[in-house]
Amino acid sequence: MAPDLAIETHGLAKLFAGRPAVDGVDLAVPAGSTYGFLGPNGSGKTTTIRMLLGLLTPSAGTWSILGRTMPEAAMSTLPHVGALVEGPAFYPWMSGRDNLERFDAMGPGRSPATRPARIADALARVGLTAAAGKKYKAYSLGMRQRLGLASALLVPRRLLVLDEPTNGMDPQGTREIRHLVRELAADGATVFLSSHLLSEIQQVCSHVGVMHRGRLLAQQTLPELLSSTGPRLRAEVDDPGRAAQVMAGLGMTDVSVSGTQVAGSLGEVLPEECCRRLVGAGVAVRMLVPEHASLEDAFVALTGEGFDVAG
Amino acid sequence: MWLVEARTVFSRARVRALLAVLLAVPVFLAVAVYLAGGPRAGEGPTFLDRASHNGVFTALAGLVVTMPFFIPLSISVVAGDAVAGEANLGTLRYLLIRPAGRARLLAAKGVVTALFCLAAAVDVVLAGLVAGVILFPHGPVVTLSGTTVPFLDGVGRALLASLVVGVSMFGLAAIGLFVSTLTDVPIAAMAVTIGLVIMSAILDGVSQVAFLHPWLFTNYWTAFTDLARDPMRWHLIWKDFLLQLGYVVVFGAGAWARMLTRDVLA
Ligand SMILES: Nc1ncnc2c1ncn2[C@@H]1O[C@H](COP(=O)(O)OP(=O)(O)O)[C@@H](O)[C@H]1O
Ligand SMILES: [Mg+2]
Repeated sequence: MAPDLAIETHGLAKLFAGRPAVDGVDLAVPAGSTYGFLGPNGSGKTTTIRMLLGLLTPSAGTWSILGRTMPEAAMSTLPHVGALVEGPAFYPWMSGRDNLERFDAMGPGRSPATRPARIADALARVGLTAAAGKKYKAYSLGMRQRLGLASALLVPRRLLVLDEPTNGMDPQGTREIRHLVRELAADGATVFLSSHLLSEIQQVCSHVGVMHRGRLLAQQTLPELLSSTGPRLRAEVDDPGRAAQVMAGLGMTDVSVSGTQVAGSLGEVLPEECCRRLVGAGVAVRMLVPEHASLEDAFVALTGEGFDVAG
Repeated sequence: MWLVEARTVFSRARVRALLAVLLAVPVFLAVAVYLAGGPRAGEGPTFLDRASHNGVFTALAGLVVTMPFFIPLSISVVAGDAVAGEANLGTLRYLLIRPAGRARLLAAKGVVTALFCLAAAVDVVLAGLVAGVILFPHGPVVTLSGTTVPFLDGVGRALLASLVVGVSMFGLAAIGLFVSTLTDVPIAAMAVTIGLVIMSAILDGVSQVAFLHPWLFTNYWTAFTDLARDPMRWHLIWKDFLLQLGYVVVFGAGAWARMLTRDVLA
């Protein structure tokens, strides 16, 4: 077991009523990385996270957290892991602060003497200080998510597992979370961030794992993943159908049409060559832009389909 | 950890409302008896005919009245909610990640449910004593055996009776806790538990299944009335405790097995 992996899984799988929700996932999350666990809704991210944290028993596979074999080491590793799984959950009739107090006290290893200070600190970090005395049921979705993050930050952590942490947050909140994730990573923590939002992952992550229908399709550093897809060309034209034929005829891949726009991976094709051919074929070109591949392009290239909800 | 759990449970509005209802029953009973001038001897439930003779019997009558339904109902609510309520809110997954430890969490839930059993019964007896002492005489107490014991002796017996009743609810509490580990829907766990109380009580009244009676957890629930004899008779109470222990072991083990293996999906 490599000691420099914060999370390591081998053949992790989970069946629900005979259908695989997670299907032979081999994660290798380097210690100190900010790892984006990317996949559309229903691709098995939350189920994987539940297994990692010992909430679900896998149908198959082994895993270790912070170098220790799970689930045997759960009681000694989990204190170093802060987690947000499938949204926050608290007692609606208690205030945010009382909720954190109970949560902190319901388990071993947390000093009651430092509790008030640690709670105040965590609340401040997520911007909830002013609302700490309000009942949880009066919290907005974004405030609930913040309280969930605060509960993960009550003590310093070596690993943070954050399942869709910006769900329900406004743009300002999303920016704050991004900032918080960078701060945690700068302090040396490993952050395992699951998201169905491509932009979120692209902005903060050093590594990416791409989930699709329960399988881990790729696992690389973000620059590696983006460069593996290569440069792309996007054109706005009068006859996109004809243009797509020309591009495909040139040997470009992943050609797709959306409205009056056509885009595809260039591969070895030069943009100017493509332009000449389009014009030669009688297509009126209004705009032609060479682009770096985005995470979405990489995803489409990996799966051969769009970023949709799995059935 | 169970102290934190106790504070959470007993500070809940729902739990306080249950205890308030249990408090109100003997008070209403005492006021009704006071206004009616008291039923004649031999009428109404056990002890009710004596409720106006002495405050101690007001408290015991309160237990007799709340025992078949109000106390088991409130215990079913608290026990049924113990694990299913956390699963329903989603807080169960965070307690397990905390990590509270599955067995330790269940133990804390068990201890607090047992505390609630005792609190419910003590609650009834204290309310009955206070109401009885205000409305009725509080001199020496005439026992069921016809002897007379000092008033404080009688008060002591009433408090003892409340503890006995509390303990005789442990079996039900264990059943409720077990059912609570089976579902994510607390109302369902509560309903199933109270359903089992009703079923047990019905079976207890059917003479064709008399062979079952000694095994029903409701069978010895009225054994506490033997504390009003002189000397106190403990025979049935010990039998009851043994039976309750059996239920606690069986359903506690069931709850434990289920808790340790349960997939937490909520
Ligand atoms: N409790 C459950 N019972 C049955 N199927 C489930 C359950 N939870 C999730 N699934 C299925 O498992 C798959 C993966 O779900 P999930 O891990 O929640 O995806 P994600 O978090 O990536 O959106 C989905 O197809 C979903 O329908
Ligand atoms: Mg999810």
